[in-house]
Amino acid sequence: MAKGLDAQARQGYALIAPPFLYALLILAAPLLTILTYSFLTDGYLTVVRDFTWANYVQVWTDPIVRTVMLRSLTVSALVTLVTVLLAFPVAYYVSFMVRPEKKATWLFLITIPFWTSYLIRVFLWKVILGYNGVINSSLTGLGIIDEPLTFILYNVNSIVITLAHAYAPFAILPIFVALEKIDRSLLEAGRDLGESRAMTFWRVTLPLAMPGVLAAVLIVFIPTIGDYVTPELIGGGKIPMIANLIQVQMLALDNRPLGSALAVTAMAIVALVSIVFLLINRRFLKVRS
Amino acid sequence: MTDDRKPMIECRGVHKHYGDYHALRGIDLTIRAGEFFSLLGPSGCGKTTLLRTIAGFEDISEGAILIDQKHMEEVPANKRPTNMVFQSYAIFPHLTVAQNVAFGLRRDPRGKAEKAALVEEALAMVGLRGYGNRAAHALSGGQRQRVALARALILKPKVLLLDEPLSALDRKMREQMQVELIKLQRQVGITFVLVTHDQEEALVMSDRIAVMFEGEIAQLDGPEALYARPASRRVADFIGVMNFLPAHILGESDGVATVEAPGLGVVELPARQISRANPDDEGPTIGFRPETMTLVGPNQAHSQPRETNATIDEVVYYGDMTYYDLRLDGAAAIDGKAHTVRISMRNVFGRDVQEVGTRTRLAWSPGSLVLFR
Repeated sequence: MAKGLDAQARQGYALIAPPFLYALLILAAPLLTILTYSFLTDGYLTVVRDFTWANYVQVWTDPIVRTVMLRSLTVSALVTLVTVLLAFPVAYYVSFMVRPEKKATWLFLITIPFWTSYLIRVFLWKVILGYNGVINSSLTGLGIIDEPLTFILYNVNSIVITLAHAYAPFAILPIFVALEKIDRSLLEAGRDLGESRAMTFWRVTLPLAMPGVLAAVLIVFIPTIGDYVTPELIGGGKIPMIANLIQVQMLALDNRPLGSALAVTAMAIVALVSIVFLLINRRFLKVRS
Repeated sequence: MTDDRKPMIECRGVHKHYGDYHALRGIDLTIRAGEFFSLLGPSGCGKTTLLRTIAGFEDISEGAILIDQKHMEEVPANKRPTNMVFQSYAIFPHLTVAQNVAFGLRRDPRGKAEKAALVEEALAMVGLRGYGNRAAHALSGGQRQRVALARALILKPKVLLLDEPLSALDRKMREQMQVELIKLQRQVGITFVLVTHDQEEALVMSDRIAVMFEGEIAQLDGPEALYARPASRRVADFIGVMNFLPAHILGESDGVATVEAPGLGVVELPARQISRANPDDEGPTIGFRPETMTLVGPNQAHSQPRETNATIDEVVYYGDMTYYDLRLDGAAAIDGKAHTVRISMRNVFGRDVQEVGTRTRLAWSPGSLVLFR
């Protein structure tokens, strides 16, 4: 028996070995490199192999880094909030209102934005929101406004709008899956036990959809905090987020140790936030079985 | 016996359409207060739809539903004096047992301690004392059902609706729960309306049963009447086992029909043994239950007025009883068909189960026959 298990285990290891090696190569190796760089000294265009804490000291004390880091956190928190709040009704509608045979079509339609490249979608938002963009020219053309609206381009609002749109499917799908898993008789039971539709939603649907909502939060929050393209294009380069700062250090200034320290710090912060959400989610997931 | 009790649920000409599909076709029904009432029928007969219209989960297309003499057509499910035990039990997986049971008490003005005592009392009533802090998802099927019962009964509804509550349980558990439900119903005195496709379950538990086919009530009677005097061949076929033989009506006077059936000869049947609701259009048919006839040995005496010779075609042994499929002598001579009938005999120690091919005698009485015409 034990021998049989051993053979099975060996077979299992053999099966996972190729993807494991692949993951090690493309994930762990670069991470380790970055981690090593962050403790080395910058020698202008080269990296000097002297151990130092200086990069981290600079990252954690520099007011510019702090501002940008906080902005990144705020923007991704806002994007996450907006995305999930907008995604929930869509997921709810598809799960509860759309007839079962039409659901696949709806999900298919929701993924349509993915058919074009992220870069092109971001650029299209620039066309829509711009100073002479679709919105402004139509509104001025119709005589509704005299001067182009300025609060929709090159600021945090426009970044939030663009990112919220880009990540909407990522938020809709996990929430949809969580809603689909809810036994519909539970909602009838809620009504049967004297609760209105709204209270049944609050006491039954929402708690049971929470694992999906928290998954959506993580899926949106983690990539948006490191987003580089949108702040660059939509923000006009005037409101850099942490990824832009890293890019500048790594490539423009060729200060790899400092860039690496920035990257590691950003990663640590994201990891911390994620762990908090995972812990919350475990509470909700525990009730499922 | 139950006629003096006031009506609790009244359905008047209830119709329900789903698009082109006519699910309920004019249901007229009165369920009395304190009754254990069953809606029995095959799947798709509309029994669950009827239950759901009473609960308020489905609107009716036509007609009226009254609960405790109040019209319910405009009353939403959450305001009706009914509670339901769902087929899947619908236990909230994110709540504990106690939170599940207390779910409907949110608006109750009583204090926390008082509610906790109520919950404990309701759990004790269904045999789950001390289970309050368990997670709902850790319960077995039988326990889930008890939680569902406690959760509904704690609200003291006028009517408890049960949608195939026992179908997910294994046989032993089901039989145990049947008895428990009867006891519980007597104890709380609430009107129970049970939906089931299991005729045995309906017979065991109910005061009265409505048998439904295709959105209509085919017969509404007590269990004994339903079993002994089915209103139509279809009802007879659905409730238990019944043998059918084609009948030839020789004459009829003063309500008494003179009938000839293959293997049974000529019998006279009084009006109470004649069912005139025979919508299946199969022609006149004689029916009888397997246990109403007995096999007797070659020289064995019996007290039945009639006997018929037969050959044993098949023996099905059930432990406590045996089914014998018989070919009646002379039956084939009438129309060339074999006309096998099924007879059940209680197995008694000292009497051997008979073998296939044995010639035997069948003792019976015309009083156990029913004529469908």
